[in-house]
Amino acid sequence: MSTNTPSKLEKILTAGHLAVTSECGPPRGSDPEVITEKANLIKDHVDAINVTDNQTSMTRLCSLAACIRLKLMGVEPVLQMVTRDRNRIALQSDILGAASFDIHNILCLSGDHQSFGDCAQGQNVHDIDSMQLIQTVRHMRDDGKFLGGDDIKRPPQMFVGAAANPFADPYEIRVPRLAKKIAAGVEFIQTQCIYNLDKFEDWMKKVCDRGLNEKVYILAGLTPMKSAGMARYMKNRVPGMDVPDDIVKRMADTPKEKQAQEGIDICVEAIQRLKEVKGVSGFHIMAIEWEEKVPEIVERAGLHPRPSVN
Amino acid sequence: MIVADKKPIEEIIETIKDHQSILVLGCNECVTVCEAGGKKEVGILASALRMHFLQQGREVNIAERTLERQCDHEYLEEIRDIIDDYDAVVSIACGVGVQFMAEKYQSKPIYPGVNTLFMGVTEARGVWTERCQGCGQCILASTGGICPVSRCAKRIFNGPCGGSASGKCEVDKELECGWQLIIDRLKALGRMDDYENISPLKDWSTDRAGGPRKVVREDVEL
Ligand code: SF4
Ligand code: SF4
Repeated sequence: MSTNTPSKLEKILTAGHLAVTSECGPPRGSDPEVITEKANLIKDHVDAINVTDNQTSMTRLCSLAACIRLKLMGVEPVLQMVTRDRNRIALQSDILGAASFDIHNILCLSGDHQSFGDCAQGQNVHDIDSMQLIQTVRHMRDDGKFLGGDDIKRPPQMFVGAAANPFADPYEIRVPRLAKKIAAGVEFIQTQCIYNLDKFEDWMKKVCDRGLNEKVYILAGLTPMKSAGMARYMKNRVPGMDVPDDIVKRMADTPKEKQAQEGIDICVEAIQRLKEVKGVSGFHIMAIEWEEKVPEIVERAGLHPRPSVN
Repeated sequence: MIVADKKPIEEIIETIKDHQSILVLGCNECVTVCEAGGKKEVGILASALRMHFLQQGREVNIAERTLERQCDHEYLEEIRDIIDDYDAVVSIACGVGVQFMAEKYQSKPIYPGVNTLFMGVTEARGVWTERCQGCGQCILASTGGICPVSRCAKRIFNGPCGGSASGKCEVDKELECGWQLIIDRLKALGRMDDYENISPLKDWSTDRAGGPRKVVREDVEL
């Protein structure tokens, strides 16, 4: 397959390597060191780093500025962009801003509802949805035009991604929904954190049965758990998360001081199993406020060193 | 109907406390059906206010009246003769009625006695839920008759989002996910293939976003 953009992530996937991405949450303040430190911890073990966009609706330093920091460090960013906070003017404008720094990856999301965050009394925008944001970026890139129809001078060159949650309801539309995102123009997918491997494999099988794995690169999402408490929290509190009882039990049965290590082991085992699953093109490791563990996970999963492409 | 809910009496008292003669004005339409601003509620609110001022040792005249509608000139005119007997009005019609009163009686203070919420239905006795946000370009034909604008917390046109769980919305475990309802309906209609049609970007210029809206019908105009 040939590439459509200068994205390093796209090149790695197109060359047939298993890609590895991770994420950085920007700080709740303006200290740029927080971003550069996190990036330095993981940059040699991943191909690209996502920067979350006010995740869980907590106000943070903006994703675009943090992506620019990464870019200036020579690290490949994936700009996460939610439709919750920006109308179509702001979205297109931020896409151009990112493109002006040669940010070549974007992840199109709707975003958690604002009621989860620190501005529950605020408005939400949702002028367009994540599906339509995918279309918008492709339109800007491929047709070189604004939504309003005018030509864009130097259009953005972005590899276009989106999220998929194989565990959300209703289950029967999880594959049709992916097909829909592909029809909208998505090129790579980063999934919700996977703990229920059986269910994920069932979803992947249905994805492959429809031949969708030929049309999109799917990176399996993983988040190592730090403690049994976190496992329970993820199971009970996080919308759209599927943590099987045996995982919670395995964490709970582990002595407290060894739980973090057990969480890493579970994550590494999952990657090893999912590497063999047809349709999995890579991994997206979201070690939330635990970035220092990413190198260990990547190395133990046999995904290091990372390929070099140009 | 337009669904409203009663304002706390303390809030109403705070707004009218400096007046001596007050008309509590109800409406016989939507707010009567949702039991927030009809004749019955006028009576209850007026009694509560009388009681309050009595306890304060103040003599305040509280009168009651309920109009057929507060959103039509015709009915609002019915109080032209008596409006000057009062130095303020508490209207417990929806926000539309309150405003039309204010526009018509320029120099009379008008205070709202309800919070106007949404266009909705009586789902069960004492339970009203939202159905429409008046976006001005109805797309129910393509969503199985269920509205994603008013029934999805993110008004997503190509849903559901990743937060839909067991038919409920991510914002509230009691709230039905609008997209689950759309999918259930498409299934019942044997139209699941339609699910994969991508809804295009919505033209919001007919919505609130386009500014205050107006319908002019020449065939109806006098
Ligand atoms: S699509 Fe618009 S007009 Fe139709 S029900 Fe929904 S909000 Fe109302
Ligand atoms: S859970 Fe359903 S109703 Fe709630 S925001 Fe997501 S799609 Fe909309």
